Amino acid sequence: MTDATAGSAPRTPARSLFAEDARTKRRNRAEARFRAYGLAAVVIGILALIMLLISILSNGLSSFRQTYVTFPVELAEARLDPQGNRNPEEIAAVTTFGYLPVMAMAFIEHVDAMGIEHDLSPQEMAAMISGEAPAQLRAMVLANPDLVGQTVTLEMLVNGRIDGYFKGRVTMASAERDNNVTPGQLVLAQALADAGAMETRFNWNFITAPDASGQRPEAAGLGVAIIGSFYMMLVVLALALPIGVAASIYLEEFAPKNRLTDIIEVNISNLAAVPSIVFGILGLAIFINFAGLPQSAPIVGGLVLTLMTLPTIIIATRASLRAVPPSIREAALGVGASKMQAVFHHVLPLAAPGILTGTIIGLAQALGETAPLLLIGMVAFVREYPAAPLDGLFDPASALPVQVYNWTQRSDPAFVERASGAIIVLLVFLVFMNAVAIMLRRRFERRW
Amino acid sequence: MNDMRVTERTVTDKQIKMKARKVQVFYGDNHAIKDVDVDIEDKTVTAFIGPSGCGKSTFLRCLNRMNDTIDVCRVEGEIDLEGEDIYDAKVDPVQLRAKVGMVFQKPNPFPKSIYDNVAYGPRIHGLARSKAELDEIVEKSLRRAAIWNEVKDRLQAPGTGLSGGQQQRLCIARAVATSPEVLLMDEPCSALDPIATAQVEELIDELRERFSVVIVTHSMQQAARVSQKTAFFHLGNLVEFGETSKIFTNPDDPRTESYITGRIG
Repeated sequence: MTDATAGSAPRTPARSLFAEDARTKRRNRAEARFRAYGLAAVVIGILALIMLLISILSNGLSSFRQTYVTFPVELAEARLDPQGNRNPEEIAAVTTFGYLPVMAMAFIEHVDAMGIEHDLSPQEMAAMISGEAPAQLRAMVLANPDLVGQTVTLEMLVNGRIDGYFKGRVTMASAERDNNVTPGQLVLAQALADAGAMETRFNWNFITAPDASGQRPEAAGLGVAIIGSFYMMLVVLALALPIGVAASIYLEEFAPKNRLTDIIEVNISNLAAVPSIVFGILGLAIFINFAGLPQSAPIVGGLVLTLMTLPTIIIATRASLRAVPPSIREAALGVGASKMQAVFHHVLPLAAPGILTGTIIGLAQALGETAPLLLIGMVAFVREYPAAPLDGLFDPASALPVQVYNWTQRSDPAFVERASGAIIVLLVFLVFMNAVAIMLRRRFERRW
Repeated sequence: MNDMRVTERTVTDKQIKMKARKVQVFYGDNHAIKDVDVDIEDKTVTAFIGPSGCGKSTFLRCLNRMNDTIDVCRVEGEIDLEGEDIYDAKVDPVQLRAKVGMVFQKPNPFPKSIYDNVAYGPRIHGLARSKAELDEIVEKSLRRAAIWNEVKDRLQAPGTGLSGGQQQRLCIARAVATSPEVLLMDEPCSALDPIATAQVEELIDELRERFSVVIVTHSMQQAARVSQKTAFFHLGNLVEFGETSKIFTNPDDPRTESYITGRIG
């Protein structure tokens, strides 16, 4: 060890710098090992993330595309407006079931007119169109009674299985075993697509339409859930930000440092760790059972999520207030500013980027929260769009994560695609919010 | 730097601006300042010297009640500003600090424009009735702090973009903008290089014409250069207080002599 170099040198150093001694070797090996562990951990994390993204995207991207069939429908007066006076109230007396045969007949006639050969029964042909289509046609006629008696060309949703055929989810082989679809229907669908009457295109309805029943996955959309989540975020922002910031400023800058504030401080940290479903029970007990607010309403969801977000905002705000150097406070006090002036003129503007970042991260957390919303009834099946705020805050609505939860429970395999699509929408919102948080931090970060 | 150079200045009888009697300061159980009596004269530079931890900064911060911001700090005794007890229950420290300004060890300009840095004090105290008056106060203060010529073309530039010495002079301008009667300086040059230090020292000498200046310094040479009166603190006690020339040439107390000659500290 000590005589590692050749003996020809006039004076061999007792320990050569060119040879690693045992201790150094051991230390270097330990460091190399640690780096390898770290790298492995990062690689595993990245792989998991990539697999998650691939799985969600491959399942969910198809939900943004939907198959439609185009054909002319004669809106016969005899069936849709027997009295013939175009009175909307009387037209409304005809239910969706009254529109079903009108539509089915028009479709069958159109297929025959196109000269496509098939051996399907009328029932099988009618089943190719979505159960949602007659309801859409009815809504269209009610909105514009003058359409009765005319022939209109309609673009209608097709059944989820037929849609699945164009997306590769349903094949001839699987149709053989499926009670809900026959290979003959798929053959006809393919023929219609070749003739240009059926096409798969971008599906805005997935983002704007309300939820649909378990039998009609092709019509299900996220409209109500997005509005519900948006309303809840409004409530959270309007309540959690001012309350959280005010509480933090008081605790950090004004409150005396004593046992009581210590207890408050510890409990705020504890609150941040309380399981979110507990907040749901709290919300159910206080806001619905005691205060009598309506179930499934964004206002209740917002209040519950506010309680959940407050600790996050308070902790982030206090951290950013603490990060403002005390010299700034001293400088302000030194020229005769009052404590409040020092805080509001100097400390708060410097802490603002951190506060905003914390708030947005808190909001993003609240946006993805499911458990407490289940307990306050936001899991209900809601097809009516809530009204504009503030009244709309009290209308029933759904929420994005709850919609995902809901769809994953339904039996039709088309809902797998819908649920993954909803996850994509949710992730896009979350990524957008985090990007805004990072941008704000970069933009307003100031050095002193 | 001409070490131990003592400026000979005539010190005429001046009125007493601030008077401290039997001042005790406690940090919790720690008795940090014991029985300090000091008279701060008007239009005079008074230097507080002493080894680290001797309480000179603590005492300085008592003079404008900056210690109020520290929860565990307790001050006893009497400190008068022109005959009024500044620790009286009726005194609002905010008003006091407008009269007794402070410059800190590390330059701490607000992260705002140079103009806003200086204008902040006059604004919150309502010293200017119009924009023109405020402009005038800002210019006057910057001139007094001997930095006007360097910044007059970039008043809207951020104050934090200046060099360390310029920042400290900006802080002095900010402190004089509220027209204080006493200016407290807590080691104002300790974060500056020798050139900036020389500029600030020169400035302190000019400020003496209008204000009563109290400066805490670690550098005995600096105390000797800028001050007329010197107080030597040791372990929380005021050991000796008198004419700067006397303290540095012929101190009464052996501890002062040891410190000045470098044997303790």
